[in-house]
Formats: sequence, structure tokens, C-alpha cells
Amino acid sequence: MIRTVVVGCWLALTAACGEAGPARDVSSMAPSPLKSGYEFLTPETQALQTDAFANPGFLWVDRGAVLFADAREGSPACASCHEANGEALQGVAAHYPAVDETSGRLLNLEGRINTCRERHQKRDRLDYESDDLLALTAYVAGLSRGAPIAASVGGPAAKYAERGRDYFYTRRGQFNISCNQCHNDYWGQKLRGDTISQGHGNGFPAYRLEWQSIGSLHRRFRDCDAGVRAEPLEYGSDTYVALELYLASRAEGLLIETPAVRR
Amino acid sequence: MARIRIAAPDTAEPGEIIELKALIQHPMESGFRRGSRGEVIPRDIITTFECLYDGEVVFEAEFFPAVSANPFLTFHTKATQTGTLEFRWTHQDGEIWSQTHALTVG
Amino acid sequence: MTAIIKPDSINRRTLLSAGAGAILVSAIPGRAAAASEDMLAAQRELFGDRQIREGRVALKLPPIAENGFSVPLTVDVESPMTDADHVTRIAVFSPRNPLPDVARFTLGPRAGRAGVSTRIRLGGTQAILAIAEMNDGTLWSGSAETVVTLAACVVL
Repeated sequence: MIRTVVVGCWLALTAACGEAGPARDVSSMAPSPLKSGYEFLTPETQALQTDAFANPGFLWVDRGAVLFADAREGSPACASCHEANGEALQGVAAHYPAVDETSGRLLNLEGRINTCRERHQKRDRLDYESDDLLALTAYVAGLSRGAPIAASVGGPAAKYAERGRDYFYTRRGQFNISCNQCHNDYWGQKLRGDTISQGHGNGFPAYRLEWQSIGSLHRRFRDCDAGVRAEPLEYGSDTYVALELYLASRAEGLLIETPAVRR
Repeated sequence: MARIRIAAPDTAEPGEIIELKALIQHPMESGFRRGSRGEVIPRDIITTFECLYDGEVVFEAEFFPAVSANPFLTFHTKATQTGTLEFRWTHQDGEIWSQTHALTVG
Repeated sequence: MTAIIKPDSINRRTLLSAGAGAILVSAIPGRAAAASEDMLAAQRELFGDRQIREGRVALKLPPIAENGFSVPLTVDVESPMTDADHVTRIAVFSPRNPLPDVARFTLGPRAGRAGVSTRIRLGGTQAILAIAEMNDGTLWSGSAETVVTLAACVVL
């Protein structure tokens, strides 16, 4: 497997660095037109995503619905505030990550759910990438399925968006390549058998065939970082949340697909 | 606890052939993968699936490690009488998960 | 993929690329056409040396899968599925996975239709084989091939 990583990413390196040729302004080139990762999948994998029964991501969404309605003594259910079936949360995930007014911190959905647990439900935080946090996040994001991404990057969010943007454009790892070199400059082209996507987070938490499970966007980031042989950041790290915000700004208008199916 | 999704009609005409779908959450660990320290991850799979119609087996599947994680099945049965469809998965170590669905015929 | 390598730059990268080429060769169709010994043994274990005729079994797999983790498979057997004439068993075999057995299905006239779908793992490009056993003891087979492409930056 190590060999696979080396070979696969070396191609990315060559592709990114080898063709200096005609001017491509790397620093300002956002993908256009916007294409969801869905459009880079085989028809069979697309069909799995759109099949409301067979899409395995719904196993987690189902679990999320149960957790959402879980009221305990002295601890209200999510549904106690956000209405049964989460009706009050429809479309809300499209505005995440967002700055929490109380703390001034940027929170993604996972962070918001855990903050709610601590503040309003008097429960422990759920571990990042735990089955229950994935289930709740997939359920809440799924309530916004079909909503266009519209995260705020102004005001208190501006500094976070900038931090995320820096991460996106910074070369890293033993391969010394940055996110934009694949996902801005070479999307649509082949990297071994894969077609490089534009690197949007609109389907996450997503069921990845490679994971054989649902996983968070941060797990995807960690795979990308490991892929270029950089040290992956911690799940839920501020920098990854900031990157999530930058990706949302870059994907403005793209529809939420959670639970999506990806390679 | 295993999560299960069943797709089956609630009603059918006598003699109608109905499509049944069943999905269960399970990693179906093949026993051929290795962990980060090179150790073999032990096999952990569901080996049998059965569909019972009022207690009688009408369809059975035997799974090997080549069946994907979160095993999915589509199959058929002939609606004969109003009754209960039971979907039952058996793990290699004998644990059983099951879910039922009421079918009205006529 | 080798087109981007300058011919005079024989260095570590070129060698790595040659390694990549060798890996890709193993993924091209054709090599998978021959049934493995293991698969033949598994067939014999289940059905003995009885004659297996091609036909009546339609196996459907996608022509290309972007990885081998979850490939949709559908088997349809031509049969009236009556008490007098029906399919009793369908067995699916792989010539290239670590184990030749993939899945087996037991059915009968109460199934009404001999059509089953599931999702399977493919350890590389190969032709999957399905054998159906009828209640009169005859055996029929169908096969289909899927090219499994190699993913970029796989981290397992």
C-alpha cells in the first residue's frame, strides 16, 4: 500500500509541477463551472447515492434520527428545541461552518452538535468520528439535502476563511503539493484510475466505498494529507474547521448531498 | 446492535411476485486485511441471510468475505397469504439479527 | 500516463513510474479470462463433475468499477419458477479474489422469480461466474467481466 501512495501521488506532483507552460494563475483560480464530486463518479456509484433505500449512508441517517429524538431526564432531546423530525433545522447545515456568537469560535456541524450537548443537553461531547456523532451529523446535514451552500465568510468569519484559504494553498508533505494544485488546476483530469474532483465537501459526512463506511470531511482531509505524505491534523482541529469554511465559500451554491456516496 | 433497512410492500395481490430489499450495517471484515502494524485483522462476517414467510424459508443467502460491507440484497417472493416476513441475518459466531414486516395479501 | 515523462530523465521517478506500469498491467483485462484453479476446485466441490452448460444465467456487472469495494451484481436465471421447473441454487465464483466463493443463494418456487442482486468485492479486474442449479439437476452458467481501476493516493 505504501507503494501505491508513492506512485499515485508522484503523478500528482508531476502533473502539478511539470507543466509550467501557459500561464495558469494558481492563486486565484477557483473551479468553474462548479461540479459536485457526484459528477466524477461512475453511473453505478451515482445510482447508489440517489437510491434512497440502498445508499448505505442512510444506515447512519436512520440512527441519527433516533438519537435526535432521544430525551432523557433533565436532558432534552435535540427534537425538543428543533422540532420533531428536525423541521426547524432544514437548510441550516448549508450555512455551516459558522461562528458561535457565545464563544466567537468557528464551529462545523460536529462542533455545533457537541456544543449543544454541553450547553443545552448537559451531556458529554461525542468523540469525533464516533458512530453516534457521524450519525447525528449525517442526519442534521441530511435535513439540508438539496439546499445550496451559503456559508458566511464576512465579519467574524473572515479570519477563519482566510486561515482555511492559506491551508488550501500551502504546499505540504514529502510531495510538497497543495490542495489547489489538484483541485483547482487539474480537476477533471486523471490521477491513475480516478478523475480528480474539485474537492468540495457538499456530500459529507459521506459513505466512501474505500472506507466501507460513512466518514466526516475531516477524515477525508486526513486522507488527502496522508496522501501527499503530510502529517494529518487532529479530527476537529481549528485549522480543518477553517479549511471546511474556505471550501464552503469556494462551493457557494452547490447543493448539499449528504449522505453522498464517494469513491 | 445492528441497523437494518427493509424495503417490502405492505400489500400485494394473491400470487403477485414482490420484490424485497434488505440492508444491514456490518463491516464484513474479510480477514485478509492488515492493520497499521501489519497484524491481520480477524475475519468478522455475517455468513447467512434468510427470509421467512410465516416461518417458512423462502430465500436464503450464504455470504463469503467477498460480500461488501453493509450487505445489501434484492430478491423476490410470491405473495401467497397475509402474514409475516422475517428477515434474519446470522453472524459467523452465531449472533442473530432480525426484523419483521407485515404483508397483507388480497 | 508515461507520456508526461521526458525520455532523457531516467531517474528515481521514472523507475517509480515503471513500477506503476507494472501494477497497471495486472489490471488489464484478458489476464483475468482464465479461470483459476481455486475457482474450478470450488465449483467441483459444490457440483462435482457434472456438466455445466452456458446459458439461462444472465449475470450483470458494471463494465468499469472505480474500486473493488462495492460492485453491484445482479443474477437473473431464466426459469418459470414453478413446482415442476425451478432454480434451487445459484453460486457465484471469483477467479481472482483471495477466496473463490463469493455468495450462494438458495431459492425455490416460492421465490416466484430467480433474480437476486447484491454488492461484492473484487480484488482486481476479472470475470465473475454464476452457476445455477435447476431442480432437475442440470447446471447452467453465465459470466460477466468488470475492469477495476486503480485509485489515486490510496491510504489504507
